[in-house]
Amino acid sequence: MANLFDEKALKEIAEKYTEWEEKIVPEWLSRLPERQKEFTTLSGIRVKRLYTPLDLKDFDYLSKLGFPGDYPFTRGIHATMYRARLWTMRMFSGYGGPEETNKRLKFLIEHGETGLSLAFDYPTLVGVDPDDPMAEGEVGVVGVSVPTLLDMEIIFDGIDMGSVTTNMTINPPAPVLLSFYVAAAEKQGVPYHKIGGTTQNDPLKEFIAQKSYVFPPEPAVKVAMDLIEWSVKHLPKWNPISISGYHIREAGATAVQELAFTLADGIEYVRQLIARGLDVDEFAPRLSFFFAAHINFFEEIAKFRAARRMWARIMKDWFGAKKKRSMWMRFHVQTSGVSLVAQEPWNNIVRTAIEALAAVLGGAQSLHTNSFDEPFRVPSEFAAKIALRTQQIIAYETGVADVVDPLGGSYYVEWLTDEIEEQAWKYIDRIERMGGMLEAVKNGYPQREVMDAAYRFQKEVEEGKRLIVGVNIFRSEDIEEIRKVPLLEFDQREIEERQKKRVKMVREMRNKQKWERALNELRRAAERGENIMPYVLNAVKAYATLGEIMGTLKEVYGVYVEPPEF
Amino acid sequence: MSSLPSSSRGRGRRIKVLVAKMGLDGHDRGAKVVARALRDAGFEVIYTGLRQTPEQVAYAAVQEDVDVVGVSLLSGAHFPLMRRLIAKLKELGAEDIPVVLGGTIPVIDVEPLKKMGVREVFLPGTSLKEIIETIRRLAEERRARGETLAVSASRERGQGD
Repeated sequence: MANLFDEKALKEIAEKYTEWEEKIVPEWLSRLPERQKEFTTLSGIRVKRLYTPLDLKDFDYLSKLGFPGDYPFTRGIHATMYRARLWTMRMFSGYGGPEETNKRLKFLIEHGETGLSLAFDYPTLVGVDPDDPMAEGEVGVVGVSVPTLLDMEIIFDGIDMGSVTTNMTINPPAPVLLSFYVAAAEKQGVPYHKIGGTTQNDPLKEFIAQKSYVFPPEPAVKVAMDLIEWSVKHLPKWNPISISGYHIREAGATAVQELAFTLADGIEYVRQLIARGLDVDEFAPRLSFFFAAHINFFEEIAKFRAARRMWARIMKDWFGAKKKRSMWMRFHVQTSGVSLVAQEPWNNIVRTAIEALAAVLGGAQSLHTNSFDEPFRVPSEFAAKIALRTQQIIAYETGVADVVDPLGGSYYVEWLTDEIEEQAWKYIDRIERMGGMLEAVKNGYPQREVMDAAYRFQKEVEEGKRLIVGVNIFRSEDIEEIRKVPLLEFDQREIEERQKKRVKMVREMRNKQKWERALNELRRAAERGENIMPYVLNAVKAYATLGEIMGTLKEVYGVYVEPPEF
Repeated sequence: MSSLPSSSRGRGRRIKVLVAKMGLDGHDRGAKVVARALRDAGFEVIYTGLRQTPEQVAYAAVQEDVDVVGVSLLSGAHFPLMRRLIAKLKELGAEDIPVVLGGTIPVIDVEPLKKMGVREVFLPGTSLKEIIETIRRLAEERRARGETLAVSASRERGQGD
């Protein structure tokens, strides 16, 4: 045992504490009452006035914290953290057609971005082509339209795919987009072992949040596991999955729920992969995570620290992982979109900066900072640059990256880390009793939990229990100020027409026999329950479109329709 | 025509609202929070679920005989989708059903949307209270209009007989 404080010291502190609480505090309270009767984090955790060594009485330093780069990794997965290498500044971006996005990526690289991250439009996210009737008006709006290999080639025109890493926020169509990426890289002459990046490929959270599901839960998980299995064998630098709490949080979950549901998703995937006969140490080092950084500063930091410790325990104790890397929770963070407001939008720059700071103090491996114009539209160059600069200021000016886990040992932060961990384990236990996350999702359990939390939060805002500057305190009615925000302008109709034309051209120009054969082989492989990845890659190389490949798979796997509950 | 009130649309009946998600947008937090708030306020609420076409929403509004249609859109595709919804309602003779919209709608888009026939646009940050009150007012106005129409229509019928 390596308790932080000995019995004698604790006894002395306890005596002084009682004295303070009984004599000094009441004196202050009588003169100046506290602002609120009770203070809670965004997750509803009640926080005390003061934290002292008494809150960490049995705190065993070595088992709870240890050292960075060593089990249980609470203080960081690397021994030297940002002293050696800063987090990857990875801005989620993309809009319009591949040409617009190519230009935006080059703009961000030019301004010091260190990793790429593609945002896709809705048709791409749900796997339909731009000329599908459901795509009308949505092509290129919330992200870039990528229906064919040709589009991916244009996005990376003049960008060396062997030296950048790219995150792709894509889920049901992840095998198709990864195949586009791999095929485009191959055309640039980049060998497989140099292709680096991430596919989100996290199907369970699609049913809990985000809601860009296509297939029903079981085939959705099967397809995602196919991608992981194939990637582990062929793309040593690829993170085939990014187990995501971000969307769960944005849909209304508390920090505790975000953490618990994300870990429960991860547990389900590990079991699925082990059931396929994979060795845990073969695939676990390739699993990555993704969390939100909301505005309640310390709670977020505590959440990140708890996440690392919990995942390390799960991998070591539950699944018998041997390699350290299998126990690492590597995660990307995005500052919280829902914390940004339309009123006095410039204030969002400040919110994002605070959230980004929490991510850094929490030890993130990569970070996206939202632009202040997020409540209105995808970011303008102007807004995206400020967001990127925010990270650079934190990295290069503030000094917060110079010491590993600088908040480690804070009575409050350690107490809160423990508290969040304990509450998250309770959720995980409940989900385990339901038979794991796949079963829980099928029963709608996390969906209901998130919905309840979202409603609770909104009511708290309306009751003035949660304050948002410009919204329910220092209320701003200044519409003129909002009008001054220079929004990104683009001709959506022109882009939609261009994308429709291009997909038609690709369909006309390809070798029809090769294309037909590839899709038939894909269908048969899916029917036989084989790993579909090689067949998807083959179809992509024959210039089958996203909509055609997904359509073929939908015929085999079916389509999910969510019960319209609220 | 469906602009005429049916007997079930009398004063005593609970206000019925269709909460709709159109297009491929998966952001359902707002729609569900509003749906719950409306239900808690005593309204009868039907939620369409995700990925509906505007035409499906219009049919549902008419079939369910709702007082108000509330659309939630965070996909940026509000112009084409709302245009189709309003056109279809008109085609079905149900242009009297007020349509309201909420979501990530830039303030500069409000006027053009209203010109198109959207009765109210709830910008980000609008309180549930305001949404509930607006929907109640629009529903009551429509019912009052419907009753006036019904009286004159029955007179006309009377004269024709």
